[in-house]
Amino acid sequence: MLDRIGVRAIDDLFDEIPRELRIDALTGVPEALPEMEVARLAAARAAVDGRPLNFIGAGAYEHHIPAPVWALASRGEIYSAYTPYQAEASQGTLQIMYEYQSMIAGLTAMDVSNASLYDGASALAEACLMAVRAHRRSKSARILLPATVNPAWRRVARAISEGQGLTLENLPFDAAQGRTDPKSLDRFAGQDITAVAIQQPNFFGQLEDADALTRWARANGALAIAAVNPVALALLAPPGEWGDGGVDIACGDAQPFGVPLSSGGPYVGFMACRMEHVRQMPGRIAGRTVDAEGKPGFTLTLQAREQHIRRGKATSNICTNQGLLMTAATIHLALLGPAGLERVARACVARTRQLVEALARLPGVREAFSGPRFHEAVLQLDRPVAPLLESLAAEGIIGGIDLARDYPELGNALLVCATETRTEGDIETYARALGRLLGRAAAA
Amino acid sequence: MSMIPADLRYTKSHEWLRTLPDGSIEIGITDHAQQALGDLVFVEVPAAGRKLAAGDACAVVESVKAASDVYSPLGGEVTAGNELLATQPELVNRDPYGQGWIFRLKPSGSGGAALFDADGYRAELAAAG
Amino acid sequence: MTMRKPEPLIFELSRRDRGATAQYPSPEEADIPAGFRRKQPPPLPEVSELQAVRHYTRLSQLNFGIDTHFYPLGSCTMKYNPRACNSLAMLPGFLGRHPLAPAATGQGVLACLFELQEMLRHVTGMAGVSLTPMAGAQGEFAGVAMIRAYHRARGDTARNQIIVPDAAHGTNPATATMCGMKVREIPSRPDGDVDVAALDAALSPATAGIMLTNPSTLGVFERRIVEIARKVHEAGGLLYYDGANLNAILGKVRPGDMGFDVIHMNLHKTFSTPHGGGGPGSGAVGVGKRLLPFLPVPVVARDGERYRWLDERDLPGSIGRLSGFMGNTGVLLRAWVYMRILGAAGMRRVAEFSTLNANYLLARLTEAGFDAAYPGRRASHEFIITLKRQAREQGVTAMDFAKRLLDHGYHAPTTYFPLLVPECLLIEPTETETREELDGFVEALAAIRGEAESDAASVKSAPHTMPVRRLDDVRAARQLDIAWKPVAA
Repeated sequence: MLDRIGVRAIDDLFDEIPRELRIDALTGVPEALPEMEVARLAAARAAVDGRPLNFIGAGAYEHHIPAPVWALASRGEIYSAYTPYQAEASQGTLQIMYEYQSMIAGLTAMDVSNASLYDGASALAEACLMAVRAHRRSKSARILLPATVNPAWRRVARAISEGQGLTLENLPFDAAQGRTDPKSLDRFAGQDITAVAIQQPNFFGQLEDADALTRWARANGALAIAAVNPVALALLAPPGEWGDGGVDIACGDAQPFGVPLSSGGPYVGFMACRMEHVRQMPGRIAGRTVDAEGKPGFTLTLQAREQHIRRGKATSNICTNQGLLMTAATIHLALLGPAGLERVARACVARTRQLVEALARLPGVREAFSGPRFHEAVLQLDRPVAPLLESLAAEGIIGGIDLARDYPELGNALLVCATETRTEGDIETYARALGRLLGRAAAA
Repeated sequence: MSMIPADLRYTKSHEWLRTLPDGSIEIGITDHAQQALGDLVFVEVPAAGRKLAAGDACAVVESVKAASDVYSPLGGEVTAGNELLATQPELVNRDPYGQGWIFRLKPSGSGGAALFDADGYRAELAAAG
Repeated sequence: MTMRKPEPLIFELSRRDRGATAQYPSPEEADIPAGFRRKQPPPLPEVSELQAVRHYTRLSQLNFGIDTHFYPLGSCTMKYNPRACNSLAMLPGFLGRHPLAPAATGQGVLACLFELQEMLRHVTGMAGVSLTPMAGAQGEFAGVAMIRAYHRARGDTARNQIIVPDAAHGTNPATATMCGMKVREIPSRPDGDVDVAALDAALSPATAGIMLTNPSTLGVFERRIVEIARKVHEAGGLLYYDGANLNAILGKVRPGDMGFDVIHMNLHKTFSTPHGGGGPGSGAVGVGKRLLPFLPVPVVARDGERYRWLDERDLPGSIGRLSGFMGNTGVLLRAWVYMRILGAAGMRRVAEFSTLNANYLLARLTEAGFDAAYPGRRASHEFIITLKRQAREQGVTAMDFAKRLLDHGYHAPTTYFPLLVPECLLIEPTETETREELDGFVEALAAIRGEAESDAASVKSAPHTMPVRRLDDVRAARQLDIAWKPVAA
């Protein structure tokens, strides 16, 4: 090969690079290990972390993933394919994108969906940016963002939108019900507000009065953005039907569909919107069309909005979607169907109810909020939460998250979640362990 | 080669201008521009009543491979956007100087960028190569 | 041509009350008040488990993937995705862990992530790394945001311009705009290098920084990079490195040594994590000392034998969080496995053999009569062929060649990027391809050129043997159909 090129050694191919920049060897990087050794190392580390019992939700939810999901998603034709820029060689990927878009649009009762964004947090950030672009008459770029929206998502929205001059206004929540009081919007009446965001269920698991909040937005000339848990949409009114005509943009994280917790990602953000806003929606979109013989087929469409064409004027700089995870989500939903998804949602509600009842029976533990909830709840404890969680972790129970940092006003508050994957036995184990810890400290 | 009607004026950014009998100005994009863009799939026209300064980006023409802003050559108030383009963007390709007009403007008299006549625009295109 | 009918939509296979009932949990009561309830069930498909398995298996068979086809997509680095990366990243201990579980229960995964941070740091010659950006574009965003934060922290608020070469990937100017910066474009010279005189003219007290890819998107090494870095630093700006082409220099040259202050890496390119039909990616960022305080959080730290996350409290100057949790952990673990298998010497071989394969392919294609866009230059790990001549003489475009390559069993190279070169094919073979595969590709391109001369119409109407013929993308945009809707009952 070197002969055909006309050089003597591979190193000659690097002769355009200034000599002073070339290094002879990499320092700080270990030497190669055979796959067997790496497998042993990985297994040892994974074993260190073990398989504790999980009671955290907070934006990432443990669900049963049917076996075919990853058997199919791991196929080389899916796993090792790229973005479908050559549509004729990517009809599988494109049709899956179209099916995914259809499922998300149907689930949220919105007109159209994109083929996914990175995660729910960045999807919410992009929704805020999109609202500013889409709302022609509003000049303020002010978005009302309730405190009941996931705090990590709010931080991400701030980090991503900061450079474009958005103002994210906080909306406080009602201390008794753990949800946004629609009256707290009154002080913004008559002002130029670009959009109102609503998380349903909210970060505490409580159900917001989404209709009232959406109606307020419409009445005040603001766009409405919904951030929704997609499993909950099996039971709850979808954002396309909130208020008197639905929201403008619906987003969230579709991780509960076929995507394991995986220590934090990759997950899969979704975004759907009204047809009138579709040209402002970031991310890839697959469209159905016909080929030169009139046969149906799929291709990427509306690409002129995207970075590779619009460059500095693109709707966003987004270049990837979460193809592999979007595929898993699509297969997962196809396997569950409406009946299966409803069963999952009901089981989640029931398990969380059982968890809350079991824990609230313990002295020193009570429910923080009244009002309906989905599959998470906040418990108020009579002592700091962090040390309890530490002790529980040592016993193999991940008991929930401490809200002290993000919601100091709630005092000693613990956010817990139980999905269909938690059994009555698991709940019993948690309640007993917590009871012992509380009792031990009380006795001391 | 692209069509460059002799009775119109042109901008460097490939817009054309026609003065209508009532004094308002009709604006579109040139044959050269529509060829470069390819089949248009979407056109966004400005709303009547909108006030523009010379050089404002006021419309978007989008094809499969490109999306471009259309700039108002003059300051003034929009009297009409071509509503037909919402359902028939291909009119810009087929008849860029006729049915493919994009918007009409009542000029305010405030200056704008240099305008070319047909020969001047032809020379511009040749120079750009 | 196949007699098989096109695969219907999953919704078209649906029949009322069908379902994969083995997947359903037992029925439970859910006490949600009526006012919150959904009135109609969502329009999801109702199919059996076998129907779903068969449907998605068949759809997968319509795709080209690296596992099935040579995929020389320039700038995408379509190298083999080692299967060990997938199986080890999906070990139950890693897979089932909630990201918010206490660090005490995550020492295993944190050890892997810390090692990855360190390996990436050393490979790039930087002072610190954050693994959180979830894609290259997010890594770019982090980079420009850090540059902005750096100038702000020094009270230098006039710096709002980012210089970008005209050959840059579209995400570069798009990112600059997202960060509230103005884009100042500078031209590239005919030999492929940045025009340094134009750079001099563009530098000013408003310069926040410059975004460069090296080797550039034109497939060649920026020979005056040391000088460019000096000029930009002297003007008070910082240098951002787009790591899309890191594969060409892995283990041979470090961006930190070239003078870059911040870089992003594409783990789904250089470090072989799966492309998955469009994602997930991962855009880890590396910084020099100046930008350490601004790294996006969280970052893994080691205290003795224990690992923990650093967040906003530890890095108050951080540009913030870009991801709901800590980035695409599953992707990061795959990259960790890949780097542990390759090791230091293996990484050098990546640069050597990707460059060898590219230069070999360039030599053979030039011999076969194709026109290189930068004939006087070495190829990096990729190079550009221009089909301008064929377009003029036979009316056959790069797009037509690309479509006909599919019939020959090759995924087409990148077409029409970079925008600077007319009728271009950006070809990146990667280091994991054999010589025979490359020779076959040359033969196919030569054959297509022959077809273009004798029967141009057949090339212009390619592909002929794929599941679909060429698709009408104008109609796709004009008659937008992007979601199946149930027919009203």
